[in-house]
Amino acid sequence: MGYKFVILRPYCASPLTMVPYVTGTSVIGIKYKDGILIAADMGGSYGSTLRYKSIERLKAIGKHSLLGASGEISDFQELLRYLDELILYDNMWDDGNSLGPKEVHSYLTRVMYNRRNKFNPLWNSVVLGGVKNGQKYLGMVNMIGVHYQDNHVATGFGNHLAVPILRDEWREDLSFEEGIKLLEKCMRVLIYRDRSAVNKLQVVEEWVVQSIAKITEEGVSISPPYSLKTFWEFSAFKNPTAGAAGSW
Amino acid sequence: MTKQQANWSPYDFNGGTCVAVAGADYCVIAADTRMSTGYNILTRDYSKICKLADKSLLASSGFQADVRALQKNLEARHQIYQHQHNKQMSCPAMAQLLSNTLYYKRFFPYYAFNVLGGLDNEGKGCVFTYDAVGSYEKVGYSSQGSGSKLIMPFLDNQLKSPSPLLLPAQDAVTPLSELEAIDLVKTAFASATERDIYTGDKLEIVVLNREGIRREYMELRKD
Repeated sequence: MGYKFVILRPYCASPLTMVPYVTGTSVIGIKYKDGILIAADMGGSYGSTLRYKSIERLKAIGKHSLLGASGEISDFQELLRYLDELILYDNMWDDGNSLGPKEVHSYLTRVMYNRRNKFNPLWNSVVLGGVKNGQKYLGMVNMIGVHYQDNHVATGFGNHLAVPILRDEWREDLSFEEGIKLLEKCMRVLIYRDRSAVNKLQVVEEWVVQSIAKITEEGVSISPPYSLKTFWEFSAFKNPTAGAAGSW
Repeated sequence: MTKQQANWSPYDFNGGTCVAVAGADYCVIAADTRMSTGYNILTRDYSKICKLADKSLLASSGFQADVRALQKNLEARHQIYQHQHNKQMSCPAMAQLLSNTLYYKRFFPYYAFNVLGGLDNEGKGCVFTYDAVGSYEKVGYSSQGSGSKLIMPFLDNQLKSPSPLLLPAQDAVTPLSELEAIDLVKTAFASATERDIYTGDKLEIVVLNREGIRREYMELRKD
């Protein structure tokens, strides 16, 4: 099973990206009663330096979809260019139809897989969610093309820290407030435990209000950046060496 | 200067097990629905079974992106076949197409372990088993994937396939009834789930017979 590939050195003049430079950390997405909620922090790390703290990693795509990306930020921007072109051509047909989240997810999967085939991946894991005609959709794709849909998805560290919480506490009929609380609970754990996370996050929401299977209102809204309250006043932090006697 | 080692692999292992059993007038194709990576479960509800033609179903495990690309490739080829020949592909024909498709990527393989199940032109069950580069064989039953080394010996014991070396060739399809075969498959998966970390969550069983196609599910252990 183990394939060993000898790839060109990372700093040479090769067009192949093999090493990420500026990266975003986890994205978490859930379905809730009226639609989709996705959260991500606004950090862009340059290795171990928290270089950028106002990167918007959540974007609305077309009329129906939301994209949240983790991984290399420049590759995320490249993905946005691909999707811009896709949505533009879709709008230019002017046929009353518009690409839904399922279609955009499928397109993204093909793009990521094809780049992987050429050994030049877009170094991202993306969450793609949306609502079309009342149908909620939430999926994930990563840099080698592995993809799936589910009621809750996460990328990166979110898989280790957020997914267990979501598996335990997610329900089909979460209200908007409950959904936000659940996402914030996961983001708080990530802030405490993921060194690349920053305490400045955005949540994007796509909602549809239905009355007996008819859609009355649909919309997307991206929240302004905000922080979560964290607690650091543990006595063990105040005197960290209390339990370990020594001369230094 | 020391040789640079790769920090990126184009492959991943997403786990899962697939089984197919051929009967006199039916075929049972089954696979679990767990998708994993490393020690994480990505989702508990991902189908590994794909209907390629009316009488051919493909169950594949391994690297999920390659499996999906392979399924799409074959589905597209089947559409073209239908346009050109005005009929569905038979299962043995699909078996050959799958083998050729896999070998086409012999030097950058589809990391997919496949079991193709269906009914041949006479309505008899047939199962074809593959490796990642397209070498295949018509058999009476097979399993592939992470749990196959646990399931295959059990199937060998219960289904007692005649040796493929016998002359005249003996039929490999099982004399068991459809319900007995389904029960056998359920037992096999319940056992594999106990010991294989990549197998579990839910079992998807698809049965193909002269009445058509039927799908059923069984819960498996989620740990």
